[in-house]
Amino acid sequence: MLGQIVRITLLNLRNLPSRLGSSSVIVVGIGGVVGVMVAILAMATGFAATFESAGAPDRAIVLRGGSDSELSSGIGQDALGIVASMEGVLLASRELYTVADVPKRSSGTDANLIVRGVTGAGFEMRDEVRIVAGRTFTPGKGELIAGRGASVEFAGIDLGSTVKLRQTEWTIVGIFEAGGSAYESELWVDFPVAQSAFRWGGGASSLRLLVDSPERVAELGERVDADPRLDLAVFGEKEFFNRQKGDLADTIEMFGYLVAAIMAVGAAFAALNTMYAAVVSRTVEIATLRALGFGALPVVVSVMAEALALAVFGGALGAAVAYFGFNGFTVSTLSDASFSQIAFDFAVTTELMATGLVWALLLGAVGGLFPAVRAALLPITLALRGE
Amino acid sequence: MSPVGFVWANLHRRPVRTYLTLCSVLIAFSLFVLLRTLAVVFVGGNDLASGSRLVVSGKYSIIDSLPISQQRAIAQVDGVDAVTHQTWFGGNYQDPRNFFPKYPVEPRAHFDMYPESVIAPEVLEAFARTRTGAVAPAELAAKFGWEAGDKIPIEADIWPMRDGNRRWEFDLVGTYTFKDEDGAQPVFLFNHDYFAEATGIRGIVGWYMVRIAEPQRAGEIAKAIDALFEHSMNPTKTATEDEYSRAFAQQVGDLGLMANSILSAVFFTILLLTAVVMHRAFRERVPELAVLKTLGFSDGRVALLVLGESLLLCLFGGLLGICSAFVLTPVVALFLEFLRLDFELHWPTVGSGLGIALALGLVVGVPPAVAARRLTIAEALRRN
Repeated sequence: MLGQIVRITLLNLRNLPSRLGSSSVIVVGIGGVVGVMVAILAMATGFAATFESAGAPDRAIVLRGGSDSELSSGIGQDALGIVASMEGVLLASRELYTVADVPKRSSGTDANLIVRGVTGAGFEMRDEVRIVAGRTFTPGKGELIAGRGASVEFAGIDLGSTVKLRQTEWTIVGIFEAGGSAYESELWVDFPVAQSAFRWGGGASSLRLLVDSPERVAELGERVDADPRLDLAVFGEKEFFNRQKGDLADTIEMFGYLVAAIMAVGAAFAALNTMYAAVVSRTVEIATLRALGFGALPVVVSVMAEALALAVFGGALGAAVAYFGFNGFTVSTLSDASFSQIAFDFAVTTELMATGLVWALLLGAVGGLFPAVRAALLPITLALRGE
Repeated sequence: MSPVGFVWANLHRRPVRTYLTLCSVLIAFSLFVLLRTLAVVFVGGNDLASGSRLVVSGKYSIIDSLPISQQRAIAQVDGVDAVTHQTWFGGNYQDPRNFFPKYPVEPRAHFDMYPESVIAPEVLEAFARTRTGAVAPAELAAKFGWEAGDKIPIEADIWPMRDGNRRWEFDLVGTYTFKDEDGAQPVFLFNHDYFAEATGIRGIVGWYMVRIAEPQRAGEIAKAIDALFEHSMNPTKTATEDEYSRAFAQQVGDLGLMANSILSAVFFTILLLTAVVMHRAFRERVPELAVLKTLGFSDGRVALLVLGESLLLCLFGGLLGICSAFVLTPVVALFLEFLRLDFELHWPTVGSGLGIALALGLVVGVPPAVAARRLTIAEALRRN
């Protein structure tokens, strides 16, 4: 029996090239489903990764009470001093956070770009930040460094050029990376310069803290809550960015599955059609085999094997197109939580490609099963006559 | 047998293939309609946005406040009919997930600016007279079970009260509705006077809404407004409401564009596959066509039968696909709800879907129809 299965399957697979035209329908159809699904899911994964990779467990962010974003927050000079000198705080960076209208490269229309004023301590505590081109800004000067994502997405954010943010001109002296995190969608300037350029007065938007242990974050939160002088909220930086991620990644993911499911139904019909046609074109051959004493099971297996082989080929093709076409591709969108553009890269991970191949196999199985059963049930005498 | 009946019978020659093909066409077209709708959402902006209203906001960013003194200056610009202001309040009702926009406004001037917002005169009167009064769109009130007379607590994030208290309480005096619910932005409105008094921040607004009598002069009036403040501490940027909402939709931009371009590629892939399958079906039938000709069918009639079959299949499949898109639309709209974008089918989309179905039928059907016309009986029968 096993010998029969192997022989018929090999025979069938060797004959595949003669049905190249119709077989390509399955390959292209399933390849399309897998390619689109992987590409959309890669968009969701990339967007989520931008926030998930941001922040560190031993860093905390302090905002005005009631604020859940840096944009809506503002902290006075006195409160900044009180928190910065609390026990367990190793480094404290006052930061200024605002948005400016800068045109996007893709559409040419203005979009919200984040401008962050940072201090030396801010650089010191964010060890993921690396200058990849140029140099860092000189304190006290109208210079800025741009995150890689901001530079890719916004027009005129190029090393060496100048950009007008509100009334002031800034020279872009460096491009930085921050481990692919949301910080890469920002422009960074010297905090005191930003304070005066953006007419901010004495306070800051938020305070970043480096603390001596991750447990300290919650404890600091309690101490701040208990202090009647302070109306502030303390968040772990990781937790903060995770919340900023919002529902968008999940929504894109669900949308990806929804579209893939609709397309998969379409591709399954195409696969069924093709496999039925393949069985029809092999009618005489199958009937001859049956007449010679081959069983029904080997015939079923051979048809299934053909469908699965074509499906895997299509799936691999789709995943490859998604990988080479989209992996690392940078796009940006408006983030709800920060009210600004967040740039992110498509992330075509191995898991996504594996998911794609599983879908391809399922579609191949659906497309092969019914025609296979039909092939096995062919009445031999009628089929031999070619009817 | 009538020609249509004959085409129908032919389609049922291999029912499995016909129905499978029909289903592929159906899927392709329902996908097409959904995608086009998505594109309209991202690129189209808000239909209700009017060309006769201008938005005056801070030149450098929408988050910048403007001094209220500008209102009088704008009102005096030639061509300006009315001016009122709005401010972004932020804040949360119970949970940040219950998001809806909240603006402090000038009650009477606001409803005068938006004739598409309908409010009972006595409700408007109560709204204007009640210091802590607020009105909500009827739909929003229904969602949270609010009734006139309820106290609505809002936890402020941007605007704490002067005494540091962040919990605002508004007295809901009633609701308002929209003449056309499509694309209407449901905003919770309260008195700007109360906002200024409670925050202690007087003389600051978010942006101005300006109504002009002649929409064709919008560009010129916008320039005149911006020129007023160009050299002040608060320069402005003026655009029609239409341009403004489109620019905002483009901020979401890339995402929709990406999804759309990937998916259009898919639509055409499915069409291509369908065309291949259908083409094969015709090739198989060449001998039958010869038989028809032998029986005395004219060349033209045979060609029409072949073409009719393809057209029937494509149009019928396309129609079914568009109908199923209608069923799927509410599902997709749920997915998009978080973007607060309006996902609705548009008739031009449906029309272009049918147009493409017709084109597909022709593309798939014309070559075999031409071949069928040219077919000589002897040659075709020999091929069998």
